[in-house]
Amino acid sequence: MSPTIYLANADVRKVARLARLAMSETEIEAARAQLAGIFELIAEMQAVNTQNIAPMSHAQDVSQRLREDVVTETDQRELFQTIAPQVEAGLYLVPQVIE
Amino acid sequence: MLDSSLQQLGSALRARKISSVELTQLYLDRIAALNPALNAYITNNAEASLAQARAADMLLSEGKAHPLTGIPVAQKDIFCAKGWRTTCGSKMLENFIAPYDAHVIKQFNNAGAVNLGKTNMDEFAMGSSNETSYFGAVKNPWDQKAVPGGSSGGSACAVAARLCAAATGTDTGGSIRQPAALCGVSGLKPTYGVVSRYGMIAFASSLDQAGPMARSAEDLAMMLNVMAGFDERDSTSLQRDKEDYARDLEKPLNGLRIGLPKEFFAGGLSNDVAQAVETAIAEYRKLGATIVEITLPNSRLSVPVYYVLAPAEASSNLSRFDGVRYGYRAPEYSDLTDMYEKSRAQGFGAEVKRRIMIGTYVLSHGYYDAYYLQAQKIRRLIAQDFTEAYKQCDVIMGPTSPSTAFKFGEKGDDPVQMYLSDIYTIAVNLAGLPGMSIPCGFGSDNMPVGLQIIGNYFDEARMLNVAHQYQLATDWHSRAPQGL
Repeated sequence: MSPTIYLANADVRKVARLARLAMSETEIEAARAQLAGIFELIAEMQAVNTQNIAPMSHAQDVSQRLREDVVTETDQRELFQTIAPQVEAGLYLVPQVIE
Repeated sequence: MLDSSLQQLGSALRARKISSVELTQLYLDRIAALNPALNAYITNNAEASLAQARAADMLLSEGKAHPLTGIPVAQKDIFCAKGWRTTCGSKMLENFIAPYDAHVIKQFNNAGAVNLGKTNMDEFAMGSSNETSYFGAVKNPWDQKAVPGGSSGGSACAVAARLCAAATGTDTGGSIRQPAALCGVSGLKPTYGVVSRYGMIAFASSLDQAGPMARSAEDLAMMLNVMAGFDERDSTSLQRDKEDYARDLEKPLNGLRIGLPKEFFAGGLSNDVAQAVETAIAEYRKLGATIVEITLPNSRLSVPVYYVLAPAEASSNLSRFDGVRYGYRAPEYSDLTDMYEKSRAQGFGAEVKRRIMIGTYVLSHGYYDAYYLQAQKIRRLIAQDFTEAYKQCDVIMGPTSPSTAFKFGEKGDDPVQMYLSDIYTIAVNLAGLPGMSIPCGFGSDNMPVGLQIIGNYFDEARMLNVAHQYQLATDWHSRAPQGL
């Protein structure tokens, strides 16, 4: 599928939903205009011939190190929960998801 | 005392001419007087700083001092420091008290340095002017109507305004070098993987790298000696022998080959910056260097490539902020999804949301190959340009930023204009190379100009040598903003 530079409000709305960002219709319209400008900049890439070029994710081309599967962290539940928005009885509280 | 080098401060502390408590208090008083206007720090904690200073004085009196023991260092507010509020410049983390130390913070603590406070920054390090900080923009100490650069603008300002002895920064697309240039200080982004990212709040993990900001190359070397080193908690940390980054400072520059990329001196570069950089190059000839013209043909693509890769990685990294375990939660919501969406919409600023949207789009179904994969392939082409260039030269030089510090609001509402201000720095992150900026003069507006020095992989000691020899022959780095 080739990329489209043209963005519709529906595209922006879909992306906002995927990104879990609440946006009003006015914000969606403003975001569409700005994103269109950015995608125009990004579109410069499409003309480049990258046949037979391997993608690069790390400058030294090292692979991710593995470590022994052993416990390295200590239990710090109480400390971590002091900064949580809402906790009760050692649990993180969220709105009810199961009826 | 405020203009002393880290070496001089260390000697004074070890000779007990001044105590760390006195030195820390001197800076805290200065911060109390100047920070309300400059806004370089988000958080200071005099009690915590002075406690560290007292501990340092104990070490000093026992003769157990490390070169940085007792020296007050400002920490960019992207590094988690146990017990310190760590905001990353965001409302999302306005009340976040870090429960652990970043590797970098631990290294400074182990060296006995004093954490003087957490410096202001663009929100989640996304910005080139500090205007995206939730806590208000940092002012440029040379002209408070001008931006300090970003994202490490608070650290750059604090170093320039003598609100700390030295500072830390992070650089994903130029966030150490550009503010260093705009505030007239020295800053170094090491080779990717040299400094651990553990506890450094993630923006774009394959590009983020921490480094020092200070008033001279000599000071940078002392700072990097503390910051660098292997850490198993960062999966991209490189296993290498410990090195002394100050070892080559005094070497003469005879025979040094400096590559000048023709692309860095083309359209878009302002005349006064070009002139200051050319004068610096002339100084290097006097110091024995030879000049080679090189080409980095793919560097023009670095901005588009960066604005695919960095937002893609950011959209993934920032998905952790959901209002459940830490960070901001919206006061009202109807269900779980609504809680996520409102917490994120209210907790993140406009630029962060914009980049999350770009990243989410380029990673979404059907677009991955065309955007993310294509960007990663061009990233290799950009890196290969540098590899070719280093066959002909030892270091590469050019401007750090196309202009001196611009005024607040000058780039308007067009994010693309802001993105283009990092045109000379981004390619270095994409290639994973070390880069630095040192002051090399002033523009027609009397604002500082930065000279960018790009080294080959792991060539930090040579870059610091190259910068130090220039700083012995010139005094741009010791100029201070007046009236503070």
